[in-house]
Amino acid sequence: MSSAVVVHGLEKRYGDRAALRGIDFSIEAGEVFGLLGPNGAGKTTTVEILEGYRKRDGGSVEVLGADPQSAGGAWRQRIGVMLQSSSLYPNLTVRESLTVFAGYYERPRDADEVIEIVGLEEKRGDRVRTLSGGQQRRLDLALALVGDPELVFLDEPTTGFDPGARRAAWETVRNLRTLGKTILLTTHYLDEAAQLADRLAVLREGRIVREGRPSELTGGAVVTEIRYRLDGREVVERTREPTQRLHELTAEALARGEELVELEVRRPTLEDVYLELTAE
Amino acid sequence: MRLFWHELRTEQVLFWRNREAAFFTFFLPVIFFLIFGAIYGNDTVAGIRGASFLEAGMIGYGVASTAFAGLAITMVIRRESGVLKRIRATPLPPWTYLVAVLVSTFVTFLIEAALLIGLGRVLFHVGLPPRAFSLLGALVIGAASFAALGLGLTGFVRSAEGSSAVVNFVYLPMAIISGTFFSPNRYPGFLKAIADVLPLTYFTRLTRDVMVSHHHLWSETGSLAVVLAWGVVGLAAAIRGFRWQPRDA
Repeated sequence: MSSAVVVHGLEKRYGDRAALRGIDFSIEAGEVFGLLGPNGAGKTTTVEILEGYRKRDGGSVEVLGADPQSAGGAWRQRIGVMLQSSSLYPNLTVRESLTVFAGYYERPRDADEVIEIVGLEEKRGDRVRTLSGGQQRRLDLALALVGDPELVFLDEPTTGFDPGARRAAWETVRNLRTLGKTILLTTHYLDEAAQLADRLAVLREGRIVREGRPSELTGGAVVTEIRYRLDGREVVERTREPTQRLHELTAEALARGEELVELEVRRPTLEDVYLELTAE
Repeated sequence: MRLFWHELRTEQVLFWRNREAAFFTFFLPVIFFLIFGAIYGNDTVAGIRGASFLEAGMIGYGVASTAFAGLAITMVIRRESGVLKRIRATPLPPWTYLVAVLVSTFVTFLIEAALLIGLGRVLFHVGLPPRAFSLLGALVIGAASFAALGLGLTGFVRSAEGSSAVVNFVYLPMAIISGTFFSPNRYPGFLKAIADVLPLTYFTRLTRDVMVSHHHLWSETGSLAVVLAWGVVGLAAAIRGFRWQPRDA
């Protein structure tokens, strides 16, 4: 497979402040790549450099074989952009909005088909200003898809969604993946990254502090946590030898004829790793 | 070319759909024409019939409201809401977009001028302007200059919320001082002095000379030069201050 995005030593400064301090990553065609990190870590700056909105101060960037800083209309035919905040015409209907944006592309998708993908069938003829925030976000997503792009940028696509809407949006992203689209997704929701991304990078203060498959991110941690209740007290043990320690604990309990109340053995979740990585 | 027509059509739909903006920029001059025409249409203003004076004046007011105020407010709102930013991510070339927006504004203004002239003919018995090409030329030059000023003004407006306040603050006093409603002959000296530098004074004078006095456009080089000079000022401000992205980004 070829790379849709290749980033080497990317740097960006805003005045004296370094927003990106040399980051490297690549996204394969057909992959969902998650960019994760707290606010101000540099997620949007990275995405906006890849989209061609911002100029970099150092390093190299290649998106679909071109430098976004100088890429033209033919390149824009192949990308779809969903910005962090809604950007819609309030007085058009859902369908009209899609027709307007479809008109900018040479081979757009059918408007009704895209409306279906994002689940706005019932709102087709409604004015945009009457839609809820979540519905407007879905229309934002639809507008990013209407040009039938190869590569889709989704900047915090589900921020502000209720759990139901978030799950629906996840389903949409999974559908896009099966269509073979390459997707760059930024989010500060871990579950979202874990659910959707094939690979992800955790960004902190302008640096990538961890990169890999969601399972690899947690796999690196060797400590296992054992929790149980003893004499009404909660005990938490961290061990590198969980088999041995668990054997001891259960043997002792059996010898005493007791039950290890609320026994729980768990490996650190992505969230634990993430909080550790992004902790100040 | 296909993209241009697509965007022009879109812009027209967007304009007429936004009823508040359509009322504010398109219908207000028409309503003022009807009201003031009823009040002093048959009086003599600045040596000519009130209705004729007012018709040319309202075309001036119309260029200020559609090409200047309406365009400025629309573009600030689109910039701050991220619509311009989104458009930049599409294959629509920025120049095609801007030209379509400007032509759409001109189409709206042209419809407005035609409506004013038609109403003047029917209701106030004002003759149709005989110098049609001179009038069209004046309208093109006026619309282009005021649109440039409108785009230039967007660079000075920070928020979508503030856009109509700032724009109204500039354009309403300008419309009144420039003598679109009343003859500036009777204004006190300081207002006359302000009127003497405002572009709308000269555009209104231009349309009156063409429509009422039946002058050729090219015989009014003084007024033309001032209107165009302001257009150049607006263009310079637009090149410096026009942005595609919201303030905070």
